[in-house]
Formats: sequence, structure tokens, C-alpha cells
Amino acid sequence: MNSQSSRYRGAETTTLVVHVENKAGVLARVAGLFARRGFNIESLTVAPTDDERFSRLTIVVGVSSAPMEQVVKQLDKLVNVVEIQELNPIASIERELMMATVRAEPEIRGQILDLVRIFQATVLNVGHDEIMVSLTGSLSRIDDFEDLLRPYGIVDVQRTGKVALPKLTKNVSEQLA
Amino acid sequence: MKMNGGQALMKALENEGVSILFGLPGGAILPVYDPLLDSSIRHVLVRHEQGAGHMAEGYAHATGQPGVAMVTSGPAATNIVTPLCDAYMDSIPMVVVTGQVPYAAIGTDAFQECDTTGITMAVTKHNYLVTEAADIPQVIHDAFHIATTGRPGPVLVDIPKDIVDPNNPRSAMEWRTPKDHDLPGYSPNLHGDPEQIRHAAKLICAAERPVLYTGGGILKARAAEALLELAELTSIHVVTTLMNRGGFPDEHPLGLGMPGMHGNYTAVTAMQEADLLIALGARFDDRVTGKVDGFAPLAKVIHVDIDSAELGKVRRPDIAIQGDCRVVIEELVEVLKAEGGVESQPDRSQWRSRISGWQERFPLTYEQSQPGELLKPQYVLEKLRDSTPDDTIVASGVGQHQMWTSQYWKFNHPYTWVNSGGLGTMGFAIPAAIGAKAGKPDRMIWAVDGDGCFQMTAQELVTATTEGFPIKVALINNSYLGMVRQWQEMFYEERYSEVYLDRDVPDYKKWAEALGCVGIRVDSPEEVEPAIVKANEVDDRPVVVEFRCEAEENVLPMVPAGKTNSEVVVDPSQQDLPR
Repeated sequence: MNSQSSRYRGAETTTLVVHVENKAGVLARVAGLFARRGFNIESLTVAPTDDERFSRLTIVVGVSSAPMEQVVKQLDKLVNVVEIQELNPIASIERELMMATVRAEPEIRGQILDLVRIFQATVLNVGHDEIMVSLTGSLSRIDDFEDLLRPYGIVDVQRTGKVALPKLTKNVSEQLA
Repeated sequence: MKMNGGQALMKALENEGVSILFGLPGGAILPVYDPLLDSSIRHVLVRHEQGAGHMAEGYAHATGQPGVAMVTSGPAATNIVTPLCDAYMDSIPMVVVTGQVPYAAIGTDAFQECDTTGITMAVTKHNYLVTEAADIPQVIHDAFHIATTGRPGPVLVDIPKDIVDPNNPRSAMEWRTPKDHDLPGYSPNLHGDPEQIRHAAKLICAAERPVLYTGGGILKARAAEALLELAELTSIHVVTTLMNRGGFPDEHPLGLGMPGMHGNYTAVTAMQEADLLIALGARFDDRVTGKVDGFAPLAKVIHVDIDSAELGKVRRPDIAIQGDCRVVIEELVEVLKAEGGVESQPDRSQWRSRISGWQERFPLTYEQSQPGELLKPQYVLEKLRDSTPDDTIVASGVGQHQMWTSQYWKFNHPYTWVNSGGLGTMGFAIPAAIGAKAGKPDRMIWAVDGDGCFQMTAQELVTATTEGFPIKVALINNSYLGMVRQWQEMFYEERYSEVYLDRDVPDYKKWAEALGCVGIRVDSPEEVEPAIVKANEVDDRPVVVEFRCEAEENVLPMVPAGKTNSEVVVDPSQQDLPR
């Protein structure tokens, strides 16, 4: 992972939402396929769905590594893969969670708290000369926050990788209303 | 019905129509070998697990039915990885059952434990680790469905010992016959998109220099008859790749034979000069295309494949049709007949005369050996072809002898060619021929093998002898790893590195006899035919005929690796002819 520059900014990626059967070894099948076909995974999250038979993977794929059509078709051949959606960034809402521990001597702690306030981030923990913060948001917002924290000295950072859902259509909203 | 997991496994296999099982028992699979004694399924005891896998493949090649192999855990499972990969590359329907250490011992580095599903994930269409005895019927039912439908392929089922061991309470279960498949992510589509099929029909009717580029998908889809109808309806020439030899008759006026690295000049050049390639169940393999950028540069492409991932993987088609080859060809023929256009195809007489010109100027050729010299392998294959029944099934290993067999045999029937194409597995011939014989006991089966290949799997001739599979082996002994020798001659300045195998060691005749076969050695051209006739008459034992062949014979034509198909190297006697 490149800690010097923000990971997603300008990177050529596509987001796939993959519904898989919730069976042992499915993640290994997906990861193995990416490895042996030479496709790059930028990030991958796995979580159960409301139907316990299925899990949902959100995979951010580096598109420079292979034509997206091949990635999707090869994934689709895995017997445990039930459905694949390619998310259009304009038509979907994307979120990521970042936790970061930043150097914060008491005299500069206020500056970091300013950033926390501006970004509506959360302070999770405070030590003598460090502070742990978290932020949930769009990828670019997290990139910005991380960039602004970096000069203070990031001791540790963990990002979850992206999760996403398609935006609701107008029809659906009307129906709900 | 109450039973144990081992009994359930046998019953499940019987329910899938399995009549023969190739295998070798061992610790973890032991409990399954007991109910086998009470089963209607015949078991063939192999001498090495790789042999079991290739026999299952040979059986599937010859019959179209899934081949089944059963071996134990650990080293047996790793020994069968090569056949699994071979079947995966060549889309062979196969189900392999492996024993596994008891479920509770998995992950403890137990005796003969290996991560079989992990190891085979990349070389199977799908695999299973069964954790409960009650799951066995459904898993076996699904495994056969996956192996035989869509793009066929190998499926492995790994079964821990405790769920099949009658002495273990975990093996107790209630039999339930599965009704449906439990495969929410798997539903192969057979029918082509009607719109695309209509576009394809238009393109076909407008083409001036079309070629039907037909691959293994034709045989997998049982589409040989449909292909013949399409070719005759449109009068379009057909090339048959290594995986589709027999899928269109070589002796048909429209048959051009095999294209590719060692294809004949006409098949290679017709594709290269075509303005339309109709690719049916073919995957634009590098051994067919040569340098991809320079492959068939003038051609539009219609690509039909059951596996949509093949469409556009190597060459972007103008028309992509996902579907079963037989179904799509039949749909295409229907559209061609209904909408007309076949009669108004452009005049292709000039194209036909170019093709026949290439055929006349660049036939397969070799120089016959002089008296006292060693045999020419091509001569041996011509004699073998001419001295065996038309429907003989021929299996081959991998290397020069494989290419010569494909070149010189006249394949006029589907399912008469059993070979390892994608993986290129040396040693494939003998076990695959045994599997073919098991599936087609009334047919004559010849394995054409090289001396390098023979030494890799000859032990299975013991299986052939003891289990009563009287196959015949034509051993092309040129005392070299011939294809590697050829590459070192042509591309490594004749610097021969580790390719000489020895002319006289082993003594193949004695070895064959020790394995229970009839052993025959042939040194001179006039002995070739009588030896074949003699071998053909033996029906109670396998026969090995060692043909002592010239070492320095090369397979030609040849498209050197990395070159385009326009740069095909022909026989020296044809070098100066106009192309």
C-alpha cells in the first residue's frame, strides 16, 4: 500500500458488487481467480447479506490490469458466484471508513481537533501525544482528511475499503413516498 | 433409507449412470472400497493415480459420458492433479472422488493430508469438500451436472474418512434422492441470441473468402452433424483444430484439416487470407493463431462459444454468440434456409481455386528413408492409418508423434481422436487409450506414443493386461525428446541440451513382454505393415510395436513461436514454390 499518496485519487478503478453463496472457500476462489488471471484487487470487503445463504463482496478492481469484461465473465464462471453488478460511480453511493492514529503533542492537538470538526470526524481515543480519529465518508473526502492529517505524522492508519450501493431511482422514491 | 456415507456415495454414483470407475485405494478412501464390492460399478485398478485420471479422460473423449476416478488422500490427490488440469484445459467432463483425512483432523498436518480442494481450485471447474454424510447425494448429483453441462470440465469431490466410515457415527445418514440442483449461481444458456444469429447469417452470405474455424466445442456439443450441414449448405471450407480432429471428415471436399503451428499449409493460409472466420467452439489458442496481432488480418470474426469468457478473450469478434455449438449451428442453419441468401452468396470460384492451388503445391510431404536407414515416422503413421479400420480410435501422447498423427491420420468420424491439447501432457496416450477401450470395447484402439512419453506412463500397460483392455501401442522410438530436439535444432543453433534418451535402453520389446503385452520391434520399412497386421490380430493382450525411427526428422510445416502464420516454414522441397 502506498502511504505517500491517496490511494483512489485518479486511479483507474471499477467497483464490482458480487453476490456469492455463503460457503466455505468462496473468498479463496475469488481471490485465486484474480491472482491466476492477473487481475488487480485494489480493495475487497466481504459481509453477510440479509439472506444468510449469500454474502456480498465489494471489489474495487484496477482496470489497467485487464479488460473489465474479462474480469466479470471469468468471475461469473465461478459456480458460487450468483450475481455481479458493475457499479457506475455516478449512479451509486460509495462509502469507506478510515481509522487513524496521529501524532498530537498537547500544543497541536487543537489543530487536529479543528480538522476533526471540519470533516465531522470522530475522536475515538486520546493519548499523551497521540490521538485516534475515525471518519466515514466518500473516498475523496477520506483522501482529503488523510492528506491533511499526514503533516502531523500518521502513526497508524486503517481503511476498510469501499462499500457501495446503487442510487435509488426516482420511481422507487415515489413509490416509497 | 438408513445407510452410511460410503454406501450413499456408491448409490449416488450408480444413480448418475456410472458403470466404470478408475481408481486405486488407500487409507482415507478405504471405507468406500468396501461397499464398492456390493456395487454394480466396475472398478479398474490402476498402477498410478495419474493413470486413473487419464483413463477417465480417455473414457470421456471416446463416449461423451463423464469419466470417473476415485483415489485416496494426500499423494494420491496430488498425483491426479495433472489429469484434472488436463481435463480443465480441454473441457473434458470428469468427476474425481478423493479421500480426505477425518474432518476433525483437517488442518493438523495429519498422515496423508493435503489441502486437496485448495490445490485443485485452479484446475477444476468446481470442487467440493463434503463435511456431512447427509450432503453426499446432493453433492454428487450437482458434481455430475456441473461436469457435463455448459462448458464441460472436471469436478473434484473430497470426502473425509469419518463420514464414510461405518464405524464412525458421523457416517450414519438417511438417504434422500436429490430432485433438483442446489446451484443458484449456475445455469448455462444454450441458445444463441436470434438477432446476432441473423447478423451472422448476413455476414456469411456476403463473405468472399469465408472459413469455418472449428474447435473442440463441436465434439463436446455433439455438433459434427450440424457442422456438416452448415458447411454443405454454404459450401464453406472447414479447418478442424487439434481438439476437433474427427469433428469434420478429413476426406470431405470442404475439409482442410488441421490449422496452427504444425497445421498443413492450406489450413493455415486459408485462415490467414480469409475475409470471414466463423469460429465455432474454438478459443483462438496461441498454437492456432501464431502471433495474434498478425493473425487473419483481413478477417471479420463470428465467434460462437458456450463460454462467454472466450468471446473477446483473445480476438475481438464482430459478432459474438454465446451458446451451445450444436444448438447455435442448427439455429443458424434454420435462419439461412428461411431467409435465403445462400443462393446469392458471392462467386467464390477464385477463392476455391486458390485453396486447391495451395493443396496441390503444399501437400504434407517427407522424404522416404533409404534401405538400411531408420524408419520415417510419417511412413509408419501412413501405414498404420491404411492398415487399421476406418473407425479406429487413436490416442496420442504429446510431441512430434502427436503432430504427425494428427497430420497423417484421416479422421472421418467424430470421437476417434483422443489427445491432450491444451495442457500438452506427455504420457497421456497409454492410460487415455485404456479409458477409450473401456468405453468402446468393440473398437480397435491404437495409442501412438513417443519414447519419452512411453517412459512416463508405461506402467499402466499392466492395468491394460490384468484388467483385459487389449489396446495397441505404436511406439515411435526416435531416441529423443523429439519436439524439444527440433526446437533446439531450429532455434538454439543445434545446441542439444538434455534431449537424448538412448536408442537401446530400455529394451522396449522386453519391457512390453514383462508388462504382459506382446512386444514387437520393427527396424525396416518392409516390416512395418506386417507388424501392424500382426498386432491387429492380437485380441487377448495389449501389443506394443516399437518402430525404430529416424532421430532427426522434424515436424513441418511449422510456424515458429512468435511469428505470424504468414511466416510458416514449409518442407525444404516446397520452399521455392510460389505461395
